[in-house]
Amino acid sequence: MSGWPRADDSFLEDCSQDSLLRVLDKLDQFDGRSQFATWATTIAIRVALGQLRRSRWKDVSLSDLVHAADVPSRNETTDDWAPDAQMQRRELLEALTTSIHRDLTDRQRTALLAELKGMPQDEIAEQLGSSRNALYKLTHDARKKLKERLEVAGFTAEDLVATLAK
Amino acid sequence: MSLSKLEIEQLLKLIGRTADQELNCEQCLARVAEFAESQLSGKSIPAGLRTVEQHLAVCGGCREEYEALWQTLNSLRGGSDV
Repeated sequence: MSGWPRADDSFLEDCSQDSLLRVLDKLDQFDGRSQFATWATTIAIRVALGQLRRSRWKDVSLSDLVHAADVPSRNETTDDWAPDAQMQRRELLEALTTSIHRDLTDRQRTALLAELKGMPQDEIAEQLGSSRNALYKLTHDARKKLKERLEVAGFTAEDLVATLAK
Repeated sequence: MSLSKLEIEQLLKLIGRTADQELNCEQCLARVAEFAESQLSGKSIPAGLRTVEQHLAVCGGCREEYEALWQTLNSLRGGSDV
């Protein structure tokens, strides 16, 4: 971890202390299905990466990021795909775009687009005044809705993978 | 500016991998140590840990944490970093 960018001695010391507190806090959740050291390391990594992510994204506004992202435009985004696959991809993209606009709530759209733009879930959750678990449920529901709508439009999960592979 | 081709492909992959029932990040955290040890042992993933694998396939944050864990455990075992 000491080799990570921005992980100086001060950062590592803070992380060590926070991790220890977090491990102690969760101690009753350790069920012995892994070695204790492995379990404690998972918690320390979540603490450390969480702090790194917050530091990296603290000046990025969720609304600015998502406003810039917008939703897919089928005309702009299929041009660089192979010509033989363009028809199917255009149809897929049209169904996807329609569903993102019509079926998702503003909050679901915001969270999903921000994730695609690389914003960490901790940061999205904080800016939405939510928690990481609640955010996960929000985007899981959004993905399920999009999957369902694409299936109704004739695109199965296998089609999505096959279309991407072309 | 629209989503890039890469981001659209990423979204389609996520949709394709979406399951009706998924672990959330906290539930994944509770099982990921066991999953990592199973992976490091080289054995096939037990059925009970498939849900962890599925969560890691759709959750970028947990996947990043798992990769860091895997590298840490692997280096502690004397393996090379990925």
